[in-house]
Amino acid sequence: MRGVSLTMLLGLVLVLMSTAGCSDIKPWVKPYERDKLADPVMSLSRHGKADVYMHHVYQARESARGSEGGSGGGCGCN
Amino acid sequence: MALRAVLEVVVAVTEARRIHYGLALLLALLLALAAPLVSAATLPEDNVDMLYHRYDGGGMVIDGPSVLVRKNAGPQVSFTGQYYVDSVSAASVDVLATASPYTEERDEYSLGVDYLHEDAILSLGYTNSSENDYEANTVYFSVSQEFFGGMSTVTMGYANGWDDVGRVGNDNFSEEADRRNYQLGLSQVLTRNSLLGIDLEVVSDEGFLQNPYRQNRYRDPNDSTSFLYQPERYPETRTSTSVATRALYYLPYRASIRGEYRYFTDSWGIDAHTVELAYVHALNNRWTLEGSVRYYTQEAADFYSDLYEFENSQTHLARDKELSTLSGTTLGTGAVYEWKQTSLPGIKRLQFSLLLDWLNFEYDDFRDVTAKGDFLPGEEPLYSFDALVTRASLILEY
Repeated sequence: MRGVSLTMLLGLVLVLMSTAGCSDIKPWVKPYERDKLADPVMSLSRHGKADVYMHHVYQARESARGSEGGSGGGCGCN
Repeated sequence: MALRAVLEVVVAVTEARRIHYGLALLLALLLALAAPLVSAATLPEDNVDMLYHRYDGGGMVIDGPSVLVRKNAGPQVSFTGQYYVDSVSAASVDVLATASPYTEERDEYSLGVDYLHEDAILSLGYTNSSENDYEANTVYFSVSQEFFGGMSTVTMGYANGWDDVGRVGNDNFSEEADRRNYQLGLSQVLTRNSLLGIDLEVVSDEGFLQNPYRQNRYRDPNDSTSFLYQPERYPETRTSTSVATRALYYLPYRASIRGEYRYFTDSWGIDAHTVELAYVHALNNRWTLEGSVRYYTQEAADFYSDLYEFENSQTHLARDKELSTLSGTTLGTGAVYEWKQTSLPGIKRLQFSLLLDWLNFEYDDFRDVTAKGDFLPGEEPLYSFDALVTRASLILEY
């Protein structure tokens, strides 16, 4: 069952690779239109390690973990 | 018992392998879709990131510095090194119930390298964390790929951790815990004003997952007005999955709002939800103010109990309040001073932030056994506490 699923998925990937270039969808926000997105007020990790530290604070007091966004790698703490 | 343990390990390994296949195929699929639309990624600027952090609440004071230095070596390679300290002064409700207040220190060292190759950044890193009774090592690897004219970024990460667990006062006590993290993330530009992020992370643990000092309590069979303590006994495997989505929107003036939601579930029966809303407001070119509200709620682990009816009443025993039914609220505020193109010698950009967060945790089935007064077992007041987290951060780009 797994063999069949893997083959089918790999086949799908190959088909998509060969047809993706034909797509009409183009990036609709051009690089010169991204000034607001580049503004620091739009950053998800503006405070660097200070942001990572808060993940550590919560991980030590809550059971949920992961998908915090920003840099990953696990905190090496338990 | 041995057969059961073997079966559990086999199931965990099979699960991890299935997850690995799934994530690898999903990434291959996304990269295949993106192949004709790649653009150039960039490495972060050289910088020094200095942080003083302090957590004060629930009988715990934990503070210390963190220093990270990033240095590029040519246009394609960037190295990072970090040193982080937690100085702990502990007199929490768990400590007061069964032990004496103590102090300890945790030191953490990290080394990392990022390699830029056309549209992708490959990162490799190692972290070592040590304290007198716990040693944790983690290696991580991630690939981040920009495509679709830079509108989309897919990140895939893998981390492997191996910990040595000790116990102060017992040199013969030595246990191990291993951990694997599988991460997949998508960051998407939606419009000129909005960004969307989606993250998935699976974490699988195996080994000694409990705290060797914590104990749980059961009713004293000889005295209905009191209780006795017994050691914790956790399962030896745990697999968790979290999915998060976050959106950022640039308002008609220079400010942004951010919304996040995360769902978490694990093989111990814990389900959790996290919601966060944040607002960042620019006062002028250099000063910004920010505020946020975060709400967290979780259901207890299947085997958790504040008070067991009798000794060894079930296979797994835990009275760790982090495994109970709880909710947490955070109110955050901060001020940021940013000076671009500084006139300071050798410094291109300076950013100073002062961030204050007030946290409140309320427990639905964890009782405060240290509460003053005469209470029958199981009738003590429910526990709750507040904490104040202070962060002072200085980032210098050079």
